[in-house]
Amino acid sequence: MSTRLTTGGRLVDRSSDIRFTFNGKTFRGHEGDTLASALLANDQMLVGRSFKYHRPRGVVASGAEEPNALMNLGRDNTHEPNQRATTTELFNGLQATSQNHWPSLDYDIGALNGLFGRFLTAGFYYKMFIHPRPFWKHLYEPFIRQSAGLGRAPDPETRDPDTYEHFHAFVDVVVIGGGVAGLQAAKAAADSGAKVLVLEQTAHWGGRAPVDGGSIDGMTPGEWVRKTVEALEGMENVTLRTRSMGAGVYDHGYLLGYERLTDHAPFMKGPRHRLWRIRAKQIVTATGAIERPLSFAGNDIPGVMLASAMRDYLVNYGVVAGQKTVVVTNNDDAYRTAIALKQAGVQVPAVIDARQMGGGALMEQAKSLGIRVETGRAIAKVKGGKRVTGVAICAMAGGGAMLEEIKCDTVAMSGGWSPVVHLWSHCGGKLTWDEEHAFFRPDPERAPTSHDGLPFVTVTGSANGEMDLKSVLEGADRAGKTSGKAAGGKPRRFAPPKGESAEEMPLRPVWLMPENAWDDLRMKSWLDYQNDVKVSDVQLAAREGYESVEHTKRYTTLGMATDQGKLSNINGLATLAASLGEEIPQVGTTTFRPPYTPISMGAIAGEARGEIFQPIRKTPMHAWHEKHGAAWEPVGHWRRPYCYPQQGESKHDAVHREVLATRESLGLLDASTLGKIIVKGPDAGRFLDMLYTNMMSTLKPGRCRYGLMCTENGFLTDDGVVARIDEDTFLCHTTTGGADRIHAHMEEWLQTEWWDWKVYTANVTEQYAQVAVVGPNARNLLEKLGGMDVGKDMLPFMAWADGTLAGFPVRVYRISFSGELSYEIAVPANLGRAFWDRVVEAGKEWNITPYGTEALHVMRAEKGFIMIGDETDGTVIPQDLGLHWAISKKKEDYLGKRAQERSHMADPNRWQLVGLETVDGSVLPDGAYSVAPGRNANGQRNTQGRVTSTYHSPTLGKGIAMGLVHNGPDRMGEIIPFIRDDGETVVEARIVSPVFFDPEGEKQNV
Amino acid sequence: MSDPVLPLGGTQYEGLVDVREAGPQGMIALRGNLADASLQEAVTSLTGLPMPDMRGAQVLGESGVLWMSPDELLLLVPYRQAARVCAQLSEALQGQLALVENVSDMRAMFRLRGTQLRDVLAKLAPVDFARDALPVGELRRTRFAQVAAGVWFSDDTTAQVFCFRSVAEYMFNLLCTAADPDAFVGFHAG
Repeated sequence: MSTRLTTGGRLVDRSSDIRFTFNGKTFRGHEGDTLASALLANDQMLVGRSFKYHRPRGVVASGAEEPNALMNLGRDNTHEPNQRATTTELFNGLQATSQNHWPSLDYDIGALNGLFGRFLTAGFYYKMFIHPRPFWKHLYEPFIRQSAGLGRAPDPETRDPDTYEHFHAFVDVVVIGGGVAGLQAAKAAADSGAKVLVLEQTAHWGGRAPVDGGSIDGMTPGEWVRKTVEALEGMENVTLRTRSMGAGVYDHGYLLGYERLTDHAPFMKGPRHRLWRIRAKQIVTATGAIERPLSFAGNDIPGVMLASAMRDYLVNYGVVAGQKTVVVTNNDDAYRTAIALKQAGVQVPAVIDARQMGGGALMEQAKSLGIRVETGRAIAKVKGGKRVTGVAICAMAGGGAMLEEIKCDTVAMSGGWSPVVHLWSHCGGKLTWDEEHAFFRPDPERAPTSHDGLPFVTVTGSANGEMDLKSVLEGADRAGKTSGKAAGGKPRRFAPPKGESAEEMPLRPVWLMPENAWDDLRMKSWLDYQNDVKVSDVQLAAREGYESVEHTKRYTTLGMATDQGKLSNINGLATLAASLGEEIPQVGTTTFRPPYTPISMGAIAGEARGEIFQPIRKTPMHAWHEKHGAAWEPVGHWRRPYCYPQQGESKHDAVHREVLATRESLGLLDASTLGKIIVKGPDAGRFLDMLYTNMMSTLKPGRCRYGLMCTENGFLTDDGVVARIDEDTFLCHTTTGGADRIHAHMEEWLQTEWWDWKVYTANVTEQYAQVAVVGPNARNLLEKLGGMDVGKDMLPFMAWADGTLAGFPVRVYRISFSGELSYEIAVPANLGRAFWDRVVEAGKEWNITPYGTEALHVMRAEKGFIMIGDETDGTVIPQDLGLHWAISKKKEDYLGKRAQERSHMADPNRWQLVGLETVDGSVLPDGAYSVAPGRNANGQRNTQGRVTSTYHSPTLGKGIAMGLVHNGPDRMGEIIPFIRDDGETVVEARIVSPVFFDPEGEKQNV
Repeated sequence: MSDPVLPLGGTQYEGLVDVREAGPQGMIALRGNLADASLQEAVTSLTGLPMPDMRGAQVLGESGVLWMSPDELLLLVPYRQAARVCAQLSEALQGQLALVENVSDMRAMFRLRGTQLRDVLAKLAPVDFARDALPVGELRRTRFAQVAAGVWFSDDTTAQVFCFRSVAEYMFNLLCTAADPDAFVGFHAG
């Protein structure tokens, strides 16, 4: 059984008592435990079921690389799937459940898949489920989705109660990894005067060194770590962060750090995660190495663990995974586990060493402790179901003929180490194959480079393939000095600390155990635990012609699970290389992409949730609209009232009422959101002549003109009324959504093409609140407010004037988007609400009615006025809309002119704007197409037009619409069929003029 | 006339730093040739402050000159004087290419004060807020989360933040969120 020993465990506080639940059962642990160590201490070896075959799985590792011990953590609002038990710090009340099992972890029906395992090989889905086609959607996919998978997605109705934030940090040197290499590199870089940030993903400094032993400057590694951290803490130019992972390295020294602030103590207040968005001049990756499993039959049975992990549990938590452990290895390091276990009182019946000659000093030490060592031997297979019961031993050379069975309850395996090269590789760092250690290591000659072509990432420690304390510390010191200097510091000439550790004999690369394992053994030799990929799968892929490691990865799903193949990648590609008869470096690795381990969605979103999910732009009158029951419509980032439903009134009814009240008497609109751009200078007129299709330079001061703007491709992009303020100054109104875009458009032309034109622009949209007073009584209202002459002689249609109304400083534009007598009144924004209130008060006698965007739309449609975004969609030119009158024939050029002369633009077959009236008076569906006889090459029905705007007109009492129709203006009176959303029902509509109301403009010109 | 209405009516919050809506603040946008002697003369005489260097913020009380871009300044004047100064400036720049606009109502301003100021700001803007990177008297135009903003330090523990009026509420809520007393960072020494 796995249990906690009575002594030991450098990270746990044995006086503490922590309670947590696993699958509803209560367990106890200590402060400092991880969920994995606490489960093992409670003899909970079985932690989950595998992805495809639902095989029982136990903890295999002790850190970020863990593939098996994935948990659902929390419940309801805090439920989070796929959390690694090995990196989850224990806290009181922690709730964990295992994943991918039904009905229970112990008795899983899905395990039957294992019986069909022979058929669920690599590429199975592709081969099996491709025919007949419809079966995939209705039969295969639902079944596979039920059976395969890992964690349960959170209930969409739950809401994450935690908060998250971002933090932007700028430093000279970031060190990723707080092991002895990272700490020494940080110290050397900080000594050079550089501003240093150190990120350590766990809660503890020192990495593996305190577990693995040796000495540094005559101290134990643990003592040295404590002293060095103390020294770094005392330096003003150093920031140390634990529980902070370097997640990704990007161009130009950009780096993402992922800090987990309260995962270990959810009762703490404050943000749960913090995403560090770091700019560093230099990055040092001291990310360590990960031990590789060995591929032998049954290597996934609970109780088979990495040798280093077993040592971690023992030294860090005082936990042993079993009472009787067989160690199997191809290198010296695993002997450390054998020695540690033996010294802790665990039985170690044998060390199985694949090397004919065995190892060096560590092997001798193990032997002297009385441990039996078998060299040139291998594990043929592990026996057991939910728990290891023994191992069959065979010769390493051969197919797996059993020589002996050894009873045991745990197996500690070590296939050598792989440097964690992920962060080095994210931004283009290249790798080189190290023959001696049989691993890929960073190639310092091909480091990631920055804008200046110089390296900005330095790698050190075992991440750089340095496997003994002496070279680790010397390398780290060098890396710290190099990066400190590259970041502008002055390295000090301190000597590096002296590291000493046991000398080790070379390993023997072992990619399959035994060497020529029989078929049935290879089919039980797991490479990727999380995605259930075995040696036989990769070999099958190779036989089927998969040569590229990237293709093989996708075909077999090797390394594609949430652990991204941290344990399986190298073993997998070595297996592929062997099958292809190629060298490992020729096969190469798959691509390492950020993040190193998954980071939370919350951290990515940061503060953007709730009321600050997105900025909502509010006009000075926003609160009034809110108070008066506005139904909102998002327009750009603004919220504009769509209409103001009164009690019991539907939106449709409200719009109806607002339109009629405005047409009959007086309406009021908050038009503050319209863009207002000042264009000033001697060349302003010339500039606007280029921007608008019509002539603006001839506009007289005091007057307004409606204008169209096109892109250089000729398509309509914005429209609005331009007012000439004085000889040199224009004020251009843009659409609500167009203000920033059009201002940028102006600046781009001024700064890149017409840089010598004497023009300045300023976007003053938010300086003014703007109120439209609309309807037959508009003038009466303004006269009642008093202060300036708004009569038709002083202020005719399309004129503007400065003055005061009711004591407010105003600029009044007499313009109309409704066809009514109408004034738009601009006041300084701080007075907007007061002015609005004053107008509402004064307008009571005329039943003044605030109206929203929908009434605005209806009224403009009744008048046949186009709306950017309805009648235009980026493919429409002014000529399509019958706006020839707004296109100057006199001008030599304007933006879009040449494009509009291209053959397709001048084609008479382009669809053109017309009005549409349904024969039965109903409202046409928005966007509906009119069908024409015949079908196109794709078998779709031919079309001859589409609806661009459609409303019920309260004024006319029927449905009205505008649309683009083939040869439309020539087909007045013709009835054409439109198709409803169901794709079948026909609605007949008559082609009419788009101006439905007051075509002579008598109402607006009074 | 009554007092100018602030976008949020003068709201405040106390957390890692004190956040207080500031203003009203007279503001005049000036675009022109900043190297021109008569422009410089007009700016310095009307504000009583020297021309700022690139990215500079010359501010004293309610008056100031902010360097916005190579051809743009933002003059700060007492709110009630904005229209008059605007007219005087236009007059002084008569005959040369320049744009002068009274934009006193266009923005919201916030004054942030406290030792944790640099950490709070660094949560929202992609800016190096270290003392040597953004010293007192230097303006940074940037973004705060999803909106455009400007910020300068008037002393080591006081910063002025401005944004457009329509997003004043978003900005205030952002600043309060970043200043949550439980969200201490400890990166920039307090």
